[in-house]
Amino acid sequence: MSAVTDTAFEPALSVKDLTTVFETPGGPVTAVDAVSFDVMPGEVLGLVGESGSGKSVTLRSLMRLVHAPGKVAGTVLWQGRDLLSMRERELRRVRGGKIAIIFQEPTTALNPVLTVRVQIEENLRAHTSLDGRQRRARAIELLDLVGIPAAERRLGDFPHQFSGGMKQRVMIAIALASNPRLLLADEPTTALDVTIQDQILKLILDLRDEFSMSVVFVTHDLGVVAQTCDRMAVMYAGRIVESGSVTEVFSEPHHPYTRGLLGSVPRGGAERTLLTSIEGTPPSLAAIPAGCAFHPRCDFAVERCIERRPALEAIAPGRMVACFRQADVAAEAAAT
Amino acid sequence: MTLGEKPGDVPLLSVEEVVKRFPMPQSILGRIAGRPRLAVNALNGVNLSVHRGETVGIVGESGCGKSTLARCLVRLLDPDDGRVRFEGRDIGELAGAERRAFNRRVQMIFQDPYSSLNPRMTVRQILGEALSVHKMRPRRHISARIAELLDLVRLPQDAAGRYPHEFSGGQRQRIGIARALCVEPDVLVADELVSALDVSVQAQVVNLLLQLQEELSLTVVFVAHDLRLVRHISHRVAVMYLGKVIEIGPTEALFSAPRHPYTKALLDAAPELDPGRRSRQAAARGELPSPLDLPQGCLFNSRCPFSFERCFAERPLLGERGRGHRAACHLSEFGTPTFVASVKAPA
Amino acid sequence: MTAISPAAQPRRRRIRVARLPLTFVLGGLILGISLILAVFPSIFAPYDPIAMDYNAILAPPSLSHFFGTDSFGRDVFARVIHAYTVDMQIAIFATTGPLIVGVIVGALVGYAGGLTETLFGRVVDAVISFPFLVLVIAIVAVLGPGLTNMYIAVGVIDWVFYGRLVAGEVKVQKRLDYADAGRAMGYTPARIIFRHLLPNAITPAIVYWMTDMALAILLGSSLGYLGLGAQPPAAEWGVQIADGKNFMSTAWWISVFPGVAIVVTGLGFSLFGDGLAELLRTKR
Repeated sequence: MSAVTDTAFEPALSVKDLTTVFETPGGPVTAVDAVSFDVMPGEVLGLVGESGSGKSVTLRSLMRLVHAPGKVAGTVLWQGRDLLSMRERELRRVRGGKIAIIFQEPTTALNPVLTVRVQIEENLRAHTSLDGRQRRARAIELLDLVGIPAAERRLGDFPHQFSGGMKQRVMIAIALASNPRLLLADEPTTALDVTIQDQILKLILDLRDEFSMSVVFVTHDLGVVAQTCDRMAVMYAGRIVESGSVTEVFSEPHHPYTRGLLGSVPRGGAERTLLTSIEGTPPSLAAIPAGCAFHPRCDFAVERCIERRPALEAIAPGRMVACFRQADVAAEAAAT
Repeated sequence: MTLGEKPGDVPLLSVEEVVKRFPMPQSILGRIAGRPRLAVNALNGVNLSVHRGETVGIVGESGCGKSTLARCLVRLLDPDDGRVRFEGRDIGELAGAERRAFNRRVQMIFQDPYSSLNPRMTVRQILGEALSVHKMRPRRHISARIAELLDLVRLPQDAAGRYPHEFSGGQRQRIGIARALCVEPDVLVADELVSALDVSVQAQVVNLLLQLQEELSLTVVFVAHDLRLVRHISHRVAVMYLGKVIEIGPTEALFSAPRHPYTKALLDAAPELDPGRRSRQAAARGELPSPLDLPQGCLFNSRCPFSFERCFAERPLLGERGRGHRAACHLSEFGTPTFVASVKAPA
Repeated sequence: MTAISPAAQPRRRRIRVARLPLTFVLGGLILGISLILAVFPSIFAPYDPIAMDYNAILAPPSLSHFFGTDSFGRDVFARVIHAYTVDMQIAIFATTGPLIVGVIVGALVGYAGGLTETLFGRVVDAVISFPFLVLVIAIVAVLGPGLTNMYIAVGVIDWVFYGRLVAGEVKVQKRLDYADAGRAMGYTPARIIFRHLLPNAITPAIVYWMTDMALAILLGSSLGYLGLGAQPPAAEWGVQIADGKNFMSTAWWISVFPGVAIVVTGLGFSLFGDGLAELLRTKR
């Protein structure tokens, strides 16, 4: 079962029952719990959630980039093959090759003692058959493409000589070196200022169009989702609670959490009024409430929500929700 | 609301031409050679006034000097030039009992919920200390007052005996607010109060701040990078860029008709919550110039799509552009153009 | 209450006894026994430590003399036990003064910064450019041998190490927002330094104190061995080792048992220090 379905195409990436468990001294902690979704070719899928929702771990799990005590189960189908059961050697070819990943902190993701040129060419050497001169030319081309002024001159610079936004551009240039078909982006603009974030988001969208890449975009910022994603999946306590096209989810949230999240962000027009906040704090993954994980914070919670965990079910083509009372939630949202 | 700039009205807090530089470390060789010492120009002549009961939002990107300004307001930093006045008195000249009274009446709430509370003190100790140092209550009434304060910030009573690490980020910010409220201040300076919190928790804390302001008739200076938040809670907003206020005005006027191209770019760059209104054009080009070496003329000239000769020669002053609305831009000096906010092409 | 995250639920209770670090318990046990021996040596020592028995000179360990006897026929076991009094006294007296002075000076220097800090840095550099032992020997040589002069010599130098540790840590803590919160609240510098910063900055100094006490015992023994510290016939481990140095091949027990006592006590201090570091770690 996929959270995001479209019958017209084969999905570029198909994730089924992805589960990531960390063994800790206090017992196993499930960071990602049976997450399923598809990403279509050329589509931008947003994974949205707050801290501890499992969105970043999901992204890392796709590429088996989870650190030591973590165990990943499920299937991640990429071009007909399961990334999770693939041998390490093969996976290395896919990683940074057809699937590229960019992180939140460009400062730590770049190697501080190597020049930008070395870092881009490293990727080109690993994933293309270009010779030395071609690699240099391509590196300049890539820096130019991601909007770094005077690309040729900056090739020999070290990461610390670039600003935060420029570093993120360099990260993207490195990611693009191998002509990826899928870009995994983990909060790539969270550390940046709003005007620079805006530039980077627009850059990612332009590149998506130019290379018809698919993008999985992990973020906590609903504005970023609204502006960049085609579809979205909202995560809470390690699970997807709602998914669908961005337009539909924004205009008609069916899960109380999505609704609360949208209400938490001031939209302008009702200044100095109280926001519809969600009480309490997101649960720690080590102590996820029984039943529906959201029930302690939910205004709609009934007996059933405490006893059983609602399954993620289709409510319309391409729309899925995990809530017993989704119809009531939608009705009330429409009424207000 | 007619808060803002009424003539003859002494503002509660006013900032006059405040300049703050942070000198860079210099090598001994450089000092001997008499090379001029580089300095980060954090504030370059800031003017601002805050009136009783209003909320003034200060917004800008990192490096614009908004946090430095906040620290000057509570005298955690002393300006290199210019002055900050509280009820007309230069706060740099206050000493002894007057200084303590100022410290009590103008309080700050900090950004980082993790480092802003002493990890080795319980909530009771943190609040009790502020209460007893400022002699807010006789000793025997202190516990009762702590209970009241916990209620005020919507924390459970058993919070008093616990240490900061036992609380979530949102709860710690409430403790920070309670600590500031202990001394019954007139002004709260909130520096990025919620930016470290999750979205759903941000809303709780913002709601709390709005309610407290109402209940206790506080004056609030809300420093943040998040335009949506600043718009939501401020009566007036000041936009900062490279250590200067480049536009200030009533929230509605500023957001609907910004008079400075940078404000306009900032508004456009903030990702809008409506997926139906998308733009594919980046709102601002280029990046912030180095604060070590400020540009000649207008500070925004290198990134401004409208800049012309005069912008490179002469730094524009903050000039009247409407009722209480002022902007520092040569272009809008003649009343036109008004940058209509958010003309975004549908996707 | 359910809405509050687990981070908000009390979890201090559980830490109590069951969760004390093993190193802390073990180290504490060793130090506890050492202290008891130091305070009441005569309860445990079967003989007078300086009583000579010419009938039992250089007797090997046996049931009547557990650790044997030395060249004067003194019981080594009794001497090792009685030496606890002197050596634990060295550990505590030589280090506590420097700890107090160093912590106070360090806290003030770290908070003041600027020129004060630069000057203090020069003092530190000057002191640590000499080997510690050489410096102490030099001072004792001038003042004359004996325990009191040794305390003075150590005190003059040792506080610098505590000062350096605390100054560095206070400097880090000073930049955190809670220090600014105190300043914005109008608290006096003294309150901010001693009530707020110091409790958060003192842990490394306390942990170093434990190591330092072990080092002090070593130093005391070394000086005793060299004849600059405790004076014969007093029972002190270093003195005892020196007593046995001519008999190493024939009567190893004279030097080895005091040596073991030094090692065990030193181990006790460092285990306890490690455990203490674990216990005092700040939770954020």
